[in-house]
Amino acid sequence: MSSTDITINRDVHHAHEEHDHHHDQNFFEKYIFSLDHKVIAKQYLFMGIIWAFIGGFLSILFRLQLGWPEATFTFLEPILGGWVENGKLNPEFYLALVTMHGTIMVFFVLTAGLSGTFSNFLIPLQVGARDMASGFMNMLSFWIFFIASVIMFWSLFLETGPAGGGWTVYPPLSALPEAIQGSGDGMTMWLISMALFIVSQLLGGVNYITTVINLRTRGMSMTKLPLTIWAFVLTAVLGLLAFPVLLSAALLLIFDRSFGTSFFLSDIYIAGQALTNTGGSAILFQHLFWFLGHPEVYIVILPAMGLVSEVIATNARKPIFGYRAMIGSLVGIAVLSFVVWAHHMFVTGMNPFLGSVFMFLTLIIAVPSAVKVFNWIATLWRGNIRFTSAMMFAIGFVSLFISGGLTGIILGNSALDIQLHDTYFVVAHFHLVMGAAAFFGMFCGVYHWFPKMFGRMMDEKLGFVHFWFTFISVYLVFMPMHYIGIAGFPRRYYNWTGFETFNIFTDMNTFISIAAILGFTAQFIFLFNFVYSIFRGRRATENPWHSNTLEWTTPVLPGHGNWPGEIPAVYRWPYDYSKPGAAEDYIPQTVPFSQTQSSNLPNEKDFE
Amino acid sequence: MITIAIGLSILLLLIILFLLFRIGTLTSIFRGSTERAAGTTKVSNRVNGTLLLLFLVLGGVAFAWSFADAWDDMNLPLGSLHGEWTDNLFWTTMIIIGIVFVITQVLLFLYSYKYQHKDDKRAYYYPHNNKLEIVWTMIPAVVMAILVFGGWQTWTKITSAAPEDAVVVEIVGKQFNWMVRYPGADGKLGVAKTTLIDATNEIGVDFSDPNAQDDIINPLQIHVPKGKPVLLKIRSRDVIHSVFMPHFRLKMDAVPGMPTKFWFVPTKTTNEMASETGNPDFKYELACAEICGRGHFAMRFVIVVDEPEEYEAWLASQTPFVEQNPQVLAKFQKEGATELVAEAKEEVE
Repeated sequence: MSSTDITINRDVHHAHEEHDHHHDQNFFEKYIFSLDHKVIAKQYLFMGIIWAFIGGFLSILFRLQLGWPEATFTFLEPILGGWVENGKLNPEFYLALVTMHGTIMVFFVLTAGLSGTFSNFLIPLQVGARDMASGFMNMLSFWIFFIASVIMFWSLFLETGPAGGGWTVYPPLSALPEAIQGSGDGMTMWLISMALFIVSQLLGGVNYITTVINLRTRGMSMTKLPLTIWAFVLTAVLGLLAFPVLLSAALLLIFDRSFGTSFFLSDIYIAGQALTNTGGSAILFQHLFWFLGHPEVYIVILPAMGLVSEVIATNARKPIFGYRAMIGSLVGIAVLSFVVWAHHMFVTGMNPFLGSVFMFLTLIIAVPSAVKVFNWIATLWRGNIRFTSAMMFAIGFVSLFISGGLTGIILGNSALDIQLHDTYFVVAHFHLVMGAAAFFGMFCGVYHWFPKMFGRMMDEKLGFVHFWFTFISVYLVFMPMHYIGIAGFPRRYYNWTGFETFNIFTDMNTFISIAAILGFTAQFIFLFNFVYSIFRGRRATENPWHSNTLEWTTPVLPGHGNWPGEIPAVYRWPYDYSKPGAAEDYIPQTVPFSQTQSSNLPNEKDFE
Repeated sequence: MITIAIGLSILLLLIILFLLFRIGTLTSIFRGSTERAAGTTKVSNRVNGTLLLLFLVLGGVAFAWSFADAWDDMNLPLGSLHGEWTDNLFWTTMIIIGIVFVITQVLLFLYSYKYQHKDDKRAYYYPHNNKLEIVWTMIPAVVMAILVFGGWQTWTKITSAAPEDAVVVEIVGKQFNWMVRYPGADGKLGVAKTTLIDATNEIGVDFSDPNAQDDIINPLQIHVPKGKPVLLKIRSRDVIHSVFMPHFRLKMDAVPGMPTKFWFVPTKTTNEMASETGNPDFKYELACAEICGRGHFAMRFVIVVDEPEEYEAWLASQTPFVEQNPQVLAKFQKEGATELVAEAKEEVE
C-alpha cells in the first residue's frame, strides 16, 4: 500500500462516504435532519429568505401608517383583524410592528440567514474540508434556530400581540405587562425564542471556529485563506463572546418578570400602585444589551464584508488590494467592537466621563472601516470588471457602507448625539450601514454562490433589474430620512402631527413610504429568480466565474464529502488574478508554482 | 367585481412579464451570449456601466437638490447657548464627511464605469502598496483625532456641573405625560418617594419635608428665564422616558430609580423666536424620545422662555401645591402625628 492510501483510510469522512454508498440516505436524513453542511446552509438560507419577507412586510405596514397618517386602513382588516380599530392602526400594534421588524431583521435574517448560510456553506468548501467539525452540532444549531423561529412567529398571533418595547427591549417597559400589552405573553415568547436563538448561535459558532482552525487542507495556512473565511471566523468569535452576555441579560429579565427579583427595576409606580422593587438599575440592562448589541452589528456586517471582498476581487479580475491590511482591519474592527457599546447610551444619564471615553474608542473604529473602503476602491482601479449580478450588489454594498458609515462619525460624537439620539438620523444611519449594506452583501453572496449551491445559474438580467430597483429605492428611502432626523423627528412615533415642531415633512414621509413599497416589491423579482432558477435555471459549470478559491474545484453539485477523490492541496493565496505571464487571468489555489513558472514572482521561485 | 378585475389584470401583467423574461432568455441563447463567461457580454456590461455613472450623476444632483430644498425645514430654530456649539460642530463634521463622501463615491462609480470588462484587456496585477496603506490609515486617524478633540471639549463643557445660581426645574415622566415641579422660594425641592404617590400627589412628594412646603407642582407650562442657566432635574415614575427639547438641542433620559440632570442656557424668548421665525404661534416643545408605550408619540409639553423679569412675575403668581391642596398636607400631618405617637410608644416600651 502506498502512503497516500493510508492517508485516505485515516480520513474519517472518506470512510463515512463509502458507508453511504451501501445505504442510500432516506429523505429525512438527506433533506430534513441532514448533517451535510451544504444542506444545512440551504436550510438557513430558505429560513432567512422567509423571515426577510415577513420582516419586510411588517415594515411596509408601519410605513403605510407613517406615510399616510390620516388615511383609514380598513382594507388591512382581513390581515390584521382587531389591530385595525375604526380604520386606524392600534398604536401599541404599531410599536409591536417596529419591534418585530427589528428583531426579525437583525437576528433572524442578518445573523442566522447571513452567517448561518454562508459560514456553513463556504467554510468547509473554502478551507478544503469534507464537512464541519461536528455535523451533528451543526444540525442541532439549525433545528434550535428553527424552534426559536417558530416561537417568534407564533408570538405574532397572540391576542395581546408580540413584544412591543422596541427590539432593544429596555426594561422596565419590557418587564411590566401593565406598561404595554406586548410585555405580557409576547415578551415571554420573545425571551424564550431569543434564548434558544443564542444557543443555536453558540453551537454554530463553536463549529465554525473549530473547522477553520483544525480542518484546513494541506497547504492552507491562515494567510492563504480567502477573506470570507477570515470574516466568518471573526464573526463567530464575536458571537461566542457577545451572545452569552445577551443570554444573561435575558435570564435576569425573565427573573424580574416572573420571579419578583429587582435586577432592572426600582422605584416604580404603575397601574395605580407602587411596586416593591428597589435597588435595581434599568441602565444595567442597557449595558448588558449593548455589550452584545454593538458586536452584533459587526456580526451582521463582517460576513457581508468578507463576501464582498471575494466577489470584488473575482470580478475585477484583480487581487484584493492589501490582503493583509484587509485582515488587519477585520481584526481591528472585531476587537474594537467590544469596547464601544456605551455610545448607544450617551444620554441615559451615564457618567459623562464614560461618554468621553466611549466617544474616543468609537471614533477609532472609523479608521479600519475607512481602510477597508479604500482597499475595495483600489481593487477596482485598473481592473477588468465583469458586471455580474453579484458584482453589482458588491459595488452597491460599498456605496451604501460609505453613505451609512460616514454618519457614524457624527453619531459616535457624544456632543452631537445629544440632539440626534433616537431620531430618524440614527434610523437612516444604521439602516444604510448595517441593514441595507448587509442585505446587499447577502444578495451578493446568493447570486455568486448559487451555482455551487444548486448547480444552476440565476438569471443575470433579472438580477440586474432586481439590483437597480433595490439600490435606487434604498437610497430614496434612507437619504431623506437624514433630513427628517436633523430636524429632530423622534423614532418609534406613531405619528408626529401632535407636535408643531414635527408637523412638517409630511410629503417627504409619503415619498419615503412609496419608495419603501417599491423596494419591497422589487424583492419579488429576486424571489421569482431564486425559485425559478433552482428548477429551471441554466446549468452551471464547475467554475462559472473563473474564480481561484477551492469550492470551485468541486463538481458542479458537490456530494457528501465535497470532493469525490482526495481533498486538493493548496499552494498559493486565493487572489492570483491577472498575474502577468500567466496563460489565463486566474490561477486557482490548487495550482502549484511548478506549473506556473512563467508567472511566478521572484520570491515565489523558491516554491517551484 | 373591481377586486376580481384588479386581480385579473395583475395576473395578466405577471404572465406578460414572465413571457418577456422567457423571450429574453431565448434570444440570449440564440445570440450566443450564454456561451461567454458570465459578466463579459458587451451590451449588458455597457448598460450597467453607464447606469452606474448615471446613478452617480443623477443621484448626486437629486441629493444636492433635495438637501438644499429641505435645508430650511431641517434646520430647527436654535434657542440655547450650547446648541450653537453642537450645531457648529455638527455642520463642520458634515462638511468633512461630505468631502469624503463625494471623493469615495465618485471614485467607486467612476472606476466601475471606466474599468469595465474589455476582451483584449487584462487587469493590472497590483496586490499591495504598504506606503499607500499607511497614508490612508494615518489620514483618517488624524482627522478622527481632531474631531474627537472638538467633540470632547464640547461634551465636557455641556456636561459640566451646573452653576450654583441655576434655576431648578424638576421634570418627571409618566405614561403618558410630563409633570413639573419648581422648588419655590427656598430654592430646594422637597424629598419625593414612589410609595407616596396617589391621585393628587402624582410625583410622591413627602410634604412632611419642610423644603416641600413651597414647592410649585404641575404648572400648565414650563417657564424659564432667558439668559440664565436652567438646571433640569429629571426623573421617571414608571418606565424610561426621555426629555427631548429639540430647539434647545437637549436630550436626557428619565430613568426610574436613577435621577438624571441636564443644564442649559436659553438664549431667545418665545416672543423673540416668534418674530424671528415669522410664526406668531411659535412654541418651544418638549417631546419624549424613548419608546415608552402606547402614548409615546403624544407626550407633549410646552416650554416658555421669558425675559427674566417676566419670569419672576410668573413665578410669583404661582401658588405652592400645599396651598392649592391643603387636604394633602393634612394627611401628612396626621400620618406624621401617628408616627410620632408610635415612636413615643416604642421609646416607652
